[in-house]
Amino acid sequence: MNDKLKAYFRTDHLPHIWCPGCGNGIVTAAIVRAIDDLGWSKDDTVFVSGIGCSSRAPGYLDFNTLHTTHGRALVFATGVKVARPDLNVIVITGDGDASAIGGNHLIHAARRNIDITTICFNNNIYGMTGGQYSPLSPTDSFASTAPYGNADRTFDLCRLVEAAGASYVARGTTYHVTPLTNMIRRGLEKKGFSFVEAMTACPVYFGRRNKLPTGVDLLNWQRDNAVPVSRAAKMEPEELAGKIVIGTFLDVEMPEYTETYERLLKEHAADRSGE
Amino acid sequence: MSSKELSAETPVRIDRSLCKACGICIAFCPKQVLEADEGAIAVVAHPEECIRCRMCELRCPDFAVTVRGDRGG
Repeated sequence: MNDKLKAYFRTDHLPHIWCPGCGNGIVTAAIVRAIDDLGWSKDDTVFVSGIGCSSRAPGYLDFNTLHTTHGRALVFATGVKVARPDLNVIVITGDGDASAIGGNHLIHAARRNIDITTICFNNNIYGMTGGQYSPLSPTDSFASTAPYGNADRTFDLCRLVEAAGASYVARGTTYHVTPLTNMIRRGLEKKGFSFVEAMTACPVYFGRRNKLPTGVDLLNWQRDNAVPVSRAAKMEPEELAGKIVIGTFLDVEMPEYTETYERLLKEHAADRSGE
Repeated sequence: MSSKELSAETPVRIDRSLCKACGICIAFCPKQVLEADEGAIAVVAHPEECIRCRMCELRCPDFAVTVRGDRGG
């Protein structure tokens, strides 16, 4: 690790717990590089995570960090941001944590447009608990709980969060690591709810059951199946089956929750003091 | 740092205490600078070929790779 990045890590906790070839470290380093680009101070930045392999990431980061309960990272993060709007608040979550257990919190955080950046590490599986399929496991893919193939359809999580009211939505992959870092930086800069879905690799529980047994196989899979959003717009739905659409889906300015809350408190200061 | 000093150094450093031998840096190096040792840990076999694109460092999941010097150096 280069010396510049080392300053952001709890190096005494390394090597990390993730399996060989797991992409979670690639996304974690991309987040740190984005923060370094922005020059954010560690003391003014808070990482909140839920439960899952990805949610172990804040444990390795030398910031203010909060490892919370399954699916509830955004709830704790909302509390932090409302209490201290001056802090930069980042949520690290996984596909299961964000879309299943915490799916309701995700859409409501987006609806409020609270100034939190959520990075969803999407490895298409529940890795930590043994490879059960998640709402982002592809249809027909294999999982420990889908030995004949997954019958479920998947969420397009970016479209869900966009529809719910976020300000910034993008999807990248660990293969395309430089654009991913740029998306994360843009999401961090954005005032409002930002959501970046980072496609990452689980060789052990997703890859091995789906003929992609190594980290290298899964990066090749990302490279071969990624379609930029501009090209995807000209493709038929059948052509896009099984593809990963990458790029920025939404980047807009809208009223932010803590600012609206602050304005209401000011407008009603007289009423409140008269209580 | 002058280019002469830089060329005397190994541009890519692998921290063997962090490397988990996934092979990603080896597979995606555009110049085949890296090779696997008997334990599948990456070693810098052809440092003179390195163009400092940093893709090995950026894609290393284990924070084990560092590339020194500027691109094209």
